[in-house]
Amino acid sequence: MLHIVNKSPTERNALDACLRLATKGSAVLLIEDGVYGATKGNSVEGKVQGAMANVKVYALGADLQARGMADRVLDGVTVVDYGGFVDLVAEHGNCQSWL
Amino acid sequence: MHTSSEDMDTDEGGVIKKFMFVNRKAPYGTIYALEGLEVVLISAAFEQDVSMAFVDDGVYELKKGQDTKALGQKNFSPTYRALEGYDIEKLYVERESMEARGLSEADLLVDVQVVSAAEMADLMAGQDVLISF
Repeated sequence: MLHIVNKSPTERNALDACLRLATKGSAVLLIEDGVYGATKGNSVEGKVQGAMANVKVYALGADLQARGMADRVLDGVTVVDYGGFVDLVAEHGNCQSWL
Repeated sequence: MHTSSEDMDTDEGGVIKKFMFVNRKAPYGTIYALEGLEVVLISAAFEQDVSMAFVDDGVYELKKGQDTKALGQKNFSPTYRALEGYDIEKLYVERESMEARGLSEADLLVDVQVVSAAEMADLMAGQDVLISF
């Protein structure tokens, strides 16, 4: 399963819900305002770090760059481009968007 | 002719009100940040006492190094530095919001006054008009 989160973790609880309900071995792709969840030093860092024991976390590079956050991505997060986004969708049998 | 309006005085040298624009949204994911900035620029034409507050995800609007080329959206972050030219010089950032996002004053692209939540509360309480984005 590929989970896609596009909401800021400090504004909405979409990432929280996703991490609570994602099964072990799932992939979580952070896009749009969701990419703040892939950055260092914020109040959800510990939660995301902890989740990475069970799920693989990706973040869309274009959205990190737009927000000036590309230089502070959490260790263990894989940054992908739009082609990588397509590959993730193709690789996983199903996907769930957490709006 | 008698006019009784005190609040709607539009004569030259009329009432100057304190307007605060409260920004609580990250840029690009929604249109709020850009729309808010445009309204602030419009407000400059009315010669009011304008300030901007950045709280919660609104602090992200001021993050240095924004580059939207790959996104195909306009990077409006340089506009915050142009506000001074419109006599909009009161930019307040709530320290608690900034720190909860791992940001410091050095991460911000324009000079601001970093204030505590209690100070921000007092600033808000002292306004005549608050407009939220």
